[in-house]
Amino acid sequence: MPDLTAAASAETAPSDAILEARGLFKTLGGNRVLDSVDLSIGRGRVKVLIGPSGAGKSTLLQCLNFLMPPDSGHILLEGREVDKRSKKELCAFRQQVGMIFQDFNLFDHLSALENVRVALIKVKGLSKLEATERAVAELARVGLKDKATLYPANLSGGQKQRVAIARALAMDPKVMLLDEPTSALDPELIGEVLAVIRDLAQGGMTMIMATHQISFSASLADEFLFMDKGRVVEHGSPAELLGRGSSSRTQAFCAKISELTGEAGDGAAGECRL
Amino acid sequence: MSTPYLEFLRAELAPGLMEGLWVSVLVIVPSALLGVLIGLTAGVLRVYGPTPVRKITEAYVSLFRGTPLVVQVFFWYFALPYIKIAGWSLVLDPIEASILAFGMCSGAYQSEYIRGGLNSIKRGQIRAALALGMTTRQAVLNIVLPQAFRRALPGCGNEIIYLIKYSSLASIITVNELTGTATTIAKNTWRNIEVFCTLGVYYLVLVTLAGWILHLIEDALSVPGFERPRT
Repeated sequence: MPDLTAAASAETAPSDAILEARGLFKTLGGNRVLDSVDLSIGRGRVKVLIGPSGAGKSTLLQCLNFLMPPDSGHILLEGREVDKRSKKELCAFRQQVGMIFQDFNLFDHLSALENVRVALIKVKGLSKLEATERAVAELARVGLKDKATLYPANLSGGQKQRVAIARALAMDPKVMLLDEPTSALDPELIGEVLAVIRDLAQGGMTMIMATHQISFSASLADEFLFMDKGRVVEHGSPAELLGRGSSSRTQAFCAKISELTGEAGDGAAGECRL
Repeated sequence: MSTPYLEFLRAELAPGLMEGLWVSVLVIVPSALLGVLIGLTAGVLRVYGPTPVRKITEAYVSLFRGTPLVVQVFFWYFALPYIKIAGWSLVLDPIEASILAFGMCSGAYQSEYIRGGLNSIKRGQIRAALALGMTTRQAVLNIVLPQAFRRALPGCGNEIIYLIKYSSLASIITVNELTGTATTIAKNTWRNIEVFCTLGVYYLVLVTLAGWILHLIEDALSVPGFERPRT
């Protein structure tokens, strides 16, 4: 029987961890949104954050790449602590920890190609030609090579999110953080984004993803982390947490979501009737 | 019996106003460029600058929006030479004083348009740029400002059109631009109505031309999502 309440970091030995967070605290507007969160992820692993709205999933992801600096705690990339006071180090760190946002955040004045290319030129210092070649390759990887000249205003939600993924991948990140990547999409557009995420996972990309796509993430994740009130309250493999006979909070939460959405289940979801 | 209007226009008024027109252009173009430059800088600093710099730029905007332009023109021309710093003072000729006055005043208004443009860009785009490893400065210069400028352009263009018209105030510090020249011709000929109606036409042409150039710029910078509404 797995230990469902132990610190999440117990799952991955520190020496294997590519990204590690220790004792993260964050308070916003007087509310503690992260309360002593530990997390570590090994190379090529996929961890999924689930939990109710306001549980601290998005805050945790934003703290992990210092878009929202934690009040206290330590973040280590490949065993080396990030010095958040050094702007140079922070920029270098963020290049290696890609972030995908719920609402895409594409640069509206740039075409799909330019969206992917801009940071390659400005941050990585590539020439325009090199950056263009790389950007085209990344757009092809997410199936959007033929949309390279289109602007965000002319792309569907799913296409925008795929451009955002290509943009992050172009920076050669060691870890990808995905903050509810499909929650702003119409149901018929979700599939194309999930397919890209599945390809990334199968290609060995290390990912931490917050999502409500339970059955999809159950088929992909090595570990679920259930968050509530700023804490990781349960963690374990999807099969352990959602399996037949499980009385976990994760199971109850997922059952509620599947009841509301009528999501169909698959193997790993088991008892959750997903 | 005075000469007919067309003869007066051909022989006296048009040549005089043409000279004044060049002086007007000499005042308007540098003032507009200075205004846009100051407006962009002050606008960015008001949104992204550190608190003390924000306060200073806010004070600048309050001062230049809150005082009459004629007072500002008089200040730069008449009062500035009396301000001595380490024994030095700056004396500007009438055209320089006009350019400085119009540029500083226009910059205060332009900064408001730029500030509005900057605030209209979703913060998420800055977060995305930072997440890619850009510095805040790179994010503002490469991501936010190009979009904000497109959003602010109609307002900034409007300000440039105001500037064309309030350049006529340069005549009060002896600059013989369009209005100054027209006033002189009117005094000498006593044909006030014809002179000032013709002067109005000159300004109308200038403003129409400026509006047309501004539309060209808007179209040149247009991308899907930032188009100029067409009627």
